[in-house]
Amino acid sequence: MGRRLSDLFHSHPRLQVGGLLAGPVGWLVIGYIGSLVVILITAFWQVNALSGEVEQTFTLDNFQTLVDEPVYRSIAGRTIAIAALVTITDALLAFPIAFYMAKVASSRMKAVLVVAVLLPLWASYLVKVYAWRTILSSGGILNEFLDPFGVSGPGYGNVAVWLVMSYLWLPFMIIPIYAGLERIPDSVISASEDLGASPMTTFRRVILPLAFPAVVAGSIFTFSLTLGDYITPALVSNNQFIGNVVYNNIVNNQPLASAFVMVPVAVMIIYLLIARRLGAFEHL
Amino acid sequence: MRNKGGRSARTAWIVVVGLLAFMVAFAAGCGGDDDSSSDESEALSEVGEPEGQVDLIAWAGYVEDGSTDPKVDWVTDFEKESGCEVNVKVAGTSDEMIELMRTGQYDGVSASGNASPRLVEGGDVAPVNVDLVPNYESVFEDLKDQPYNTFDGVNYGIPHGRGANLLMWNKETVDTDGKSWSVILDPKEAAKYDGRISIYDDPVYIADAALYLKAHQPDLGIEDPYELDEEQFNAAVDLLKQQRPYIGEYWFDFAKQISSFANGDVDVGTTWQYQYFTLLGEDEPVASTPASEGFLPEEDATGWSDTWMISNEAEHPNCMYMWMDHIISPEANAKVAAWFGEAPAQSEACAEFKNLDPAYFGAPNHCELYNADNPEFWSRVYYWDTPLADCGDDRGEECMDYNDWVSAWTEIKG
Repeated sequence: MGRRLSDLFHSHPRLQVGGLLAGPVGWLVIGYIGSLVVILITAFWQVNALSGEVEQTFTLDNFQTLVDEPVYRSIAGRTIAIAALVTITDALLAFPIAFYMAKVASSRMKAVLVVAVLLPLWASYLVKVYAWRTILSSGGILNEFLDPFGVSGPGYGNVAVWLVMSYLWLPFMIIPIYAGLERIPDSVISASEDLGASPMTTFRRVILPLAFPAVVAGSIFTFSLTLGDYITPALVSNNQFIGNVVYNNIVNNQPLASAFVMVPVAVMIIYLLIARRLGAFEHL
Repeated sequence: MRNKGGRSARTAWIVVVGLLAFMVAFAAGCGGDDDSSSDESEALSEVGEPEGQVDLIAWAGYVEDGSTDPKVDWVTDFEKESGCEVNVKVAGTSDEMIELMRTGQYDGVSASGNASPRLVEGGDVAPVNVDLVPNYESVFEDLKDQPYNTFDGVNYGIPHGRGANLLMWNKETVDTDGKSWSVILDPKEAAKYDGRISIYDDPVYIADAALYLKAHQPDLGIEDPYELDEEQFNAAVDLLKQQRPYIGEYWFDFAKQISSFANGDVDVGTTWQYQYFTLLGEDEPVASTPASEGFLPEEDATGWSDTWMISNEAEHPNCMYMWMDHIISPEANAKVAAWFGEAPAQSEACAEFKNLDPAYFGAPNHCELYNADNPEFWSRVYYWDTPLADCGDDRGEECMDYNDWVSAWTEIKG
């Protein structure tokens, strides 16, 4: 029996691969894509007002609500705008740091910097957000520091969300850019200089085009993480983001929550398609 | 390259087929679930051996084991006597409690009236056999068999205690005597505290606005702030939209609100006794409507009357029954009522207050102060309730249901 089985696998290599991959792929399909499909299906159902139990009758009401009520449009717009701002901010901050790490720093300095960049990821997310809450509070460190200059900090609000998110997701931008810059051979840069290009031209025409896919790869993280977060907005602002609406509705109106979840899913699919066009997946 | 493309197309097909198989399995699984959740569960008929632990969901300050302050402890003795280790998860809103209960990982919950009907309707909690809870006998009569703990004549829980939501303000920056909610609900007055107002982040807050309108716009004809027809509801929502620009912070986490008041980020708002007494304990300059007036401004107030309920899937039902009996035992109920700042459910608790350390548990005449035995007083407190389409009066099915409240709340916050 065992012999016959091994013969079978030997003569059918595809079966062999299939057997090996069945477990992981099955998990991916059921656990990952499956849950997305469940959300998609739930978005077309409706809910019993009292018990909050989902009634499995097909309806487009949830999507209708999202389109008709201006509040959902402004929440989606706000979320996407902040996600884009955070991504741009992180890209601008991360590039010089990553460039220094990849091309300038000694190998020892490099190791120190990699650890320094990754270290904040070991601290609890909640601790970091609460720390920012304290910093931005009206009697907090930031205002104390700014007071002598006669200005005051942004307080809680969209600006605070932008600041905190940019801080939280920065490592997710630095690491891919660092990896991307590492892959550019030093000889390419030397060649550009030998051919008379100024440092600025070398940066613009050689380094940036080669590193750009890495920036896009990092932006996938910062953009999607900001799009899905709901704790930071709740702690440092009064404004609702997509995640807050989902959270507020998940108990009573799961179908509406599911329908709203489709907005970031759709945005991310479009974003990923563009990113693929830009070659970002070679850097993930 | 061509070859590679062909193979990935084939992989994609495999994924699609797998997905379809999964969806079929899911649909089948769904059907099965529905059958089991519609089963009527039975109340326990006797309390057996303790299971060694009990997992609770509670409001802040309801289950204290000495970790907040060594003197504030009505759990440790229970653990020793019963052999049930108590684990508690503190929740900030009724929705959070329901969500946690639906995980099936908890034995019981201290549910308010805006959660209990939904828990019962959703089949998340089981009936409670009050004969197995000896201390139930002496619970105040006006807390027994109420619409928020008894459904179709079946008992679903043990009364814990009750109180009214508070108006709290910073004495140094806010000029009010706390006699009216107008300081935060009259847009003209609220404008004086632009960005300094702190409001409970839950759709149930719409009822506070309705209660205010009940007093100030009698022609709307509001009777019960949880049974609002469209016109009344829109008026309340409009009022909150006018209040919105002046709000400094919505809170759902009591710790968040305590830190905001302590740091001076907000100056006036709605709160619970727990935050008020914690801030007083930290010598912060806060004040509330005087306790001598029952904490009630002239428009009256929303409040709560909480119920300990047992999960349908409780893994430790015996320990849960022991806990329910313990929390309404005279001493424990007196301690929790005094520590949180609410009226006890246990009538015999009133005699216990004189035995408690006044530094932690307040005055010996707690029951009189908090009107524990004064049913007339409680007619002025509108316990949190779940809004239904059925108004419960001759208006019929004209009222806004809880889904309307949730979406209006989203709209108010913007």
